[in-house]
Amino acid sequence: MSQQPEIELSPRIADEVKATTCYMCACRCGIKVHLKDGRVRYIEGNRDHPVNGGVLCAKGSAGIMQHYSPARLRKPLLRVGERGSGDFKEIEWEEALGLASDWLGEIRARDPRKLAFFTGRDQSQALTGWWASQFGTPNYAAHGGFCSVNMAAAGLYTVGGSFWEFGEADWEHTRYFLLFGVAEDHDSNPIKIALGKLKKRGVKIVSVNPVRTGYSSIADEWVAIRPGTDGLFVAALIRELLLADKIDLESLVRSSNAHWLVIQAPGEADDGLFARDAEGKPLAWDRNTEALVDAGSIEIAPAVVGRFALPDGRAAVPAFQLLAERFLDDRYAPETVAAETGVPAATIKRIAAELAHAAFEQEVRLDVPWTDWAGRRHEAMIGRPVAMHGMRGISAHSNGFHTCRMIHVLQMLLGAIDCPGGFRYKPPFPKPVPPPLKPAGRADQVVPDQPMGGPPLGFPTGPEDLLVDPDGSARRIDKAYSWEAPLAAHGLMHMVIANAAKGDPYPVDLLFLYMANMAWNSSMNVPGVIEALTAKDEAGNYRIPKLIYADAYASETVAYADLVLPDTTYLERWDCISLLDRPICSAEGPADSIRQPVTAPDRDVRPFQDVMIELGARLGLPGFVTETGAPRYPGGYPDYIVNHERAPGIGPLAGWRGEDGRAEGRGAVNPDQLERYIENGCFWRYELAPSLHYFKHINRDYLEWARDFGLLGSAEPIVHQLYSEPLQRFRLAARGHGERQPPEEHRARVEAYFDPLPLWYAPFEEAALVGGDLPMHAVTQRPMAMYHSWGSQNAWLRQIHADNRLNVHRETAARLGIAEDDWVWVISHQGRVKGQVRLVEGVNPDTVWTWNAIGKRAGAWGLDPKAPEATRGFLLNHVISELLPERAGGFRYSNSDPVTGQAAWYDLRVRIEKADPQEAAETAPRFETLRPLPGAPARPDVLRFGKEFRSGGGQGA
Amino acid sequence: MTSLPPPTDKKLGLVIDLDICVGCHACAVSCKEWNTSGASAPLTDLDPYGANNDGVWLNRIHSYEVDDGAGGMTVNFPRSCLHCETPDCVTVCPTGASYKRAEDGIVLVNPDTCIGCKLCSWACPYGAREFDEDDGVMKKCTLCVDRVYNETLDPADRQPACVRACPTGARAFGDLGDPESAVSKLVAEREGEALLPQLGYKPVNRYLPPRPRRRDAGEAGAALTPQPLPSGAAGGDAAGDRFFRWVDRVLSR
Repeated sequence: MSQQPEIELSPRIADEVKATTCYMCACRCGIKVHLKDGRVRYIEGNRDHPVNGGVLCAKGSAGIMQHYSPARLRKPLLRVGERGSGDFKEIEWEEALGLASDWLGEIRARDPRKLAFFTGRDQSQALTGWWASQFGTPNYAAHGGFCSVNMAAAGLYTVGGSFWEFGEADWEHTRYFLLFGVAEDHDSNPIKIALGKLKKRGVKIVSVNPVRTGYSSIADEWVAIRPGTDGLFVAALIRELLLADKIDLESLVRSSNAHWLVIQAPGEADDGLFARDAEGKPLAWDRNTEALVDAGSIEIAPAVVGRFALPDGRAAVPAFQLLAERFLDDRYAPETVAAETGVPAATIKRIAAELAHAAFEQEVRLDVPWTDWAGRRHEAMIGRPVAMHGMRGISAHSNGFHTCRMIHVLQMLLGAIDCPGGFRYKPPFPKPVPPPLKPAGRADQVVPDQPMGGPPLGFPTGPEDLLVDPDGSARRIDKAYSWEAPLAAHGLMHMVIANAAKGDPYPVDLLFLYMANMAWNSSMNVPGVIEALTAKDEAGNYRIPKLIYADAYASETVAYADLVLPDTTYLERWDCISLLDRPICSAEGPADSIRQPVTAPDRDVRPFQDVMIELGARLGLPGFVTETGAPRYPGGYPDYIVNHERAPGIGPLAGWRGEDGRAEGRGAVNPDQLERYIENGCFWRYELAPSLHYFKHINRDYLEWARDFGLLGSAEPIVHQLYSEPLQRFRLAARGHGERQPPEEHRARVEAYFDPLPLWYAPFEEAALVGGDLPMHAVTQRPMAMYHSWGSQNAWLRQIHADNRLNVHRETAARLGIAEDDWVWVISHQGRVKGQVRLVEGVNPDTVWTWNAIGKRAGAWGLDPKAPEATRGFLLNHVISELLPERAGGFRYSNSDPVTGQAAWYDLRVRIEKADPQEAAETAPRFETLRPLPGAPARPDVLRFGKEFRSGGGQGA
Repeated sequence: MTSLPPPTDKKLGLVIDLDICVGCHACAVSCKEWNTSGASAPLTDLDPYGANNDGVWLNRIHSYEVDDGAGGMTVNFPRSCLHCETPDCVTVCPTGASYKRAEDGIVLVNPDTCIGCKLCSWACPYGAREFDEDDGVMKKCTLCVDRVYNETLDPADRQPACVRACPTGARAFGDLGDPESAVSKLVAEREGEALLPQLGYKPVNRYLPPRPRRRDAGEAGAALTPQPLPSGAAGGDAAGDRFFRWVDRVLSR
């Protein structure tokens, strides 16, 4: 019985293939969508695309199931019952847009600040931020404040770039790779591609992470660090390198302010600032002439240690000396930090030796001539092949800003920034340190019926840039740019709902959210947030009077909206991934991309960006109407993408500009621009000449090119800030200098944490609870196959992760009498949550961890209320407080970094207790089951996706 | 019972590199996505949005913690049909639906003659076959037979969906019967292994074992510890004195 059947080996799988950009996470990979009979049949990576080069992750391949998810919203909804009841009626778009513009228009005419507009995982921030500015409210941000703003801000205030969108390792040339606390969905395909390459080249990979999964599982060495102590580990590495003099001083004086003289005048108003000449130029001590000189001049031999007299007789020392004093302190000795970090002193010393060896004994030389900022030609590019990457595990701590800054300082000391084998900037980075953009929102900038005259987000360089009232209180609803979070470059979305409900610093009238699941996994203290969303005043009115929510799917947050604006899926709309927003460039050149609709919606939904443009026109926002008041972009988002100019010749897309479509970067509007993108696979990429590939911060040809291209305002070299003068300006204010000083209750905190040199301090929650009964850390990470909450509606991805366990170290569990599969309570100072245990060895013994955002509220996301996501899945969010434990006097700071306001998710301290075996084997707390939305389709019992494509293509026809 | 074709020289299969697999499931989902509309369509999902969601997958990923004698390691292990040379899953088939292709050794199921008796899945010690309850038919990895010869695809795309998608480059496809093929050379170089060869089914697929982890400084070429320099001009050992070593350093910008 062996008759081999005839099978069709060359079935034609598609009628049509359309290129677009993935949106299953934030990577923004290029994809090709195969369509058959008008349906999406197959999605694959676009081989030509600069982000993913053809590969595609689990989420990307599961895009079909996201696109056809039964949880898709179908029509605008108006709340008719109590908030949270899920009692809605479907309304027409005309009514929805009419309501929204009435609400918004009234607020704009009265007090634009009363609109709080926050946009979650928005990939159109160049539009939404500008919209907020045109509306006139400073109360705008996206999700960065609860994601990785510490990493972004520390990088931008130190080296003018950072990781991910800002920079990448030199994967081709590095000899040693140090990976810190990386959430495995960040920059995921590029990192995975790169790790594969590094392994094949035999590069040593060291992963510093409390948890050994994913990337850490293939590292040569896993450093099982205790959460929140990465700064101690890095400080000890720095100390070892300084002691052995394995640092690149030549690179430091060329690229940084290491040799700039810092005034030493304790008690005076300029103590700790740079000594400057009459023209404001920083001074250095020249050993050749034994004189004070312009630190920016080239014909000098600058001193990096020593004490020098200034013309006024006061003393000054080079910044490097202050840094060396800080890190040579025995506080940072490997032996001192070993117990706190959980990393043996010998391991720290060995890794320091390996870093030094890779950097100084394995120099990489590329025979590519280049010219430095002073016009000097160099015959080769010589690099120190040590590369690093870090993300949320470092960022999401209350000491994250300084830890991130310390990682950049380590790179600077090794001379490993933008050199062959090191960390590389991705244009438009490096930017001046910090970028020359100040946040708008001062009292004189917020005027009824007027745009704000500046962007809501930016980079303060001193107290004068804060958005505070004369009494020192915050002007923004999230308290960004106040004394509580002065460098809050991405805002504090995690504080908006709690603050708005309390009226602290003031009530708002309308909360407008986009694509952020704030009633669930994107908030700390979920029970508290739900209470805030439904809280009423004495008159029976909601404390947050109006709430508009825009999203594509039936998330937990939909139930709390008064008006729901349904978005399309990512395969049904136009988008642009712009250099004005979070770009997709590589170190070898800028790039941007678009999404095009590959299929039309089968529901009454509209792209959110079209809706914002329409609302802008209805409200008469200046940028959205012509001189005659007519809509400026009647064609919606694609019209805006092509025709909007942020500055003359600079628009959302940099490719195929100019009337003939041949300009790049700057150029006139090209009406055929989108067609050119589509022809090219929906992306544009510019390849820099090899002589511009490295040393971009001091490379004359690069700097001039970036200026001409519109990426930089001038071709001045970018000076790395080993010592941060902006931080010292805030500290001086706390010490009683200047016109604008922190209120008394914040003074000590600003003084402590606005240290111009990086430092480590214990995370706040741990410090506040010292000696208590919460001995363990609890952290989350996201699995590579899921992105936030979206994945659970996906019929395929939820077969990979439908519930989450609490992972506990085997020995720790044995000590506590806990066994595999036991149900335990995770108890914090905020509350408790119940989950089921899995015993593991790949975790720091003082730490428990679980996957994030797998737990779902019953009834959400189109799932059966009995789905494991709701019955067994749990969120640590329930036990993370948005506030720190009370201080003397009753004041409670937000659970955030004191410099940037970054949400300190990973500071959580807990104990675990075995649950009573009598308790039902399911998670707690549970919340009332959400009702199905009007028009929600029935859940299928069986999914036979693909059967319809099989005719004639099957085996043995 | 079903007979095997005579041994052939061509043995198409996969080489999976356990040294660089991060366990991301990209291959598994890409496989599901291709094959649910492909030769084995559909790969049915039961109760897809419910409490007992369960679907057919031709490739599944498992992550294990193993004791390597040096602190332990986590290994990510993709599991799919190994396209054995002498598989019992074929010979046990009462209808001839389970068969091994004579021209390239790919093991397939003919859905038109499969009666869903599951003898083949009982016979497979690797758990590589999945029964589609709804379709009443056994399903398994086809090595994307409808891709690898597909003349409507770009030649670069004529490889299994899992290989095409894998972000780390941990998967390779080729003729393991040809010692000169790239996959055979890779197996030779990295000492690739068959899974449970002692069972005697002669799997074609190979797994490349994790490379030895380099945890000692010497393995990275470095000294064991950085050598601290003697203290500076001031002669003391206090932190503040240690930077005097840089006093006389002549630097240029």
